[in-house]
Amino acid sequence: MTFILIFISAVFVNNIVLSQFLGICPFLGVSKKIDTALGMSAAVAFVMTIATIFTYIIQKSVLDTFHIGYLQTITYILIIAALVQLVEIILKKVSPALYQALGVFLPLITTNCTILGVALLVIKKDFNLIESVVFAISTAVGFGLALVLFAGIREQLSMVKVPKALEGTPISLITAGLLAMAFMGFAGIVK
Amino acid sequence: MKIIVNGLITENPTFVLILGMCPTLATTSSAINGMSMGLATLFVLVGSNMAIALLKNIIPDQVRIPAYVVVIATFVSVVEMTMQAYLPALYDTLGIFIPLIVVNCIVLGRAEAFAAKNSVFDSMLDGIGIGLGFTFALTLLGAVRELLGTGKTFGMVVFPENYGMLIFILAPGAFIALGYLIAVINKIKTPNP
Repeated sequence: MTFILIFISAVFVNNIVLSQFLGICPFLGVSKKIDTALGMSAAVAFVMTIATIFTYIIQKSVLDTFHIGYLQTITYILIIAALVQLVEIILKKVSPALYQALGVFLPLITTNCTILGVALLVIKKDFNLIESVVFAISTAVGFGLALVLFAGIREQLSMVKVPKALEGTPISLITAGLLAMAFMGFAGIVK
Repeated sequence: MKIIVNGLITENPTFVLILGMCPTLATTSSAINGMSMGLATLFVLVGSNMAIALLKNIIPDQVRIPAYVVVIATFVSVVEMTMQAYLPALYDTLGIFIPLIVVNCIVLGRAEAFAAKNSVFDSMLDGIGIGLGFTFALTLLGAVRELLGTGKTFGMVVFPENYGMLIFILAPGAFIALGYLIAVINKIKTPNP
């Protein structure tokens, strides 16, 4: 039951992009086409789950044991950067097809704040390891959902005439705002 | 001087380069919050820019990005701990977005684009300029949202009490307000035919 609550909360109610404001850069950057949006979401889901498991274990086994919590930020970002590199190398060897699909997005992920954000959030929320994994996966699903929805809207939007000053980023931001408003309808389902 | 103006206006990180969107949207629910976030980022920018400019000849080219990230993360930890000790209330409001300065693309972007090629002093100026530009943008957005959302500016009441469109304090308002701000700036910048 808790898992279902975590899932619904992370995907709809507290959607990582539209209500937590994490991962706005890829949200605006790679959402011009549905295909790229899907690829990016898959890459994020992949890295996010692995990164959360690793940072969680390091946090509990090293940082907490030796009371060096103040090194959290540095440790996490290094783990994430190393993991992204590792995933890239392994994918290249093991599954060239998957690498072809996700390859271009992987380097971008190091500076995607959702990964670091989720790793920090699970510690802040006091989740156990399984809850953390569920949270990471559902957050990734929420990210994907927002990205794909937004890409769909933008594909349509590219065919519309927009006032000169609003072209480009402004209209995307306003569209995102309206999308966020739609997601506000889910507020209150889960605390 | 030219470098500072460049960061503040011509290459304003938020309005022109559209970088660092996450903290821009998340921490601007009031002018004060926006300004604090801007100042924290300013400090990290100046510190990391100077440190990287100093170290640029020692850091091997292949591992420069991880090296930069470690430098930036160090300064972020300094800000985080200082804020936690002296401004606990603010620390709670900004919450997760303080450690997230590490992945703010502005900081890494400036390290790579400016500090890695220029002298320590110039890099410091660039940090100040970009930092001020970011602070200015965040304060402006925070002020607009606060004014529309609660009728106050910096906590001072401007409009009567019952005024306020709550939506501007909430998530959708952030996107919409920023969208229109950028649109207004685009409009001002492009001369009328």
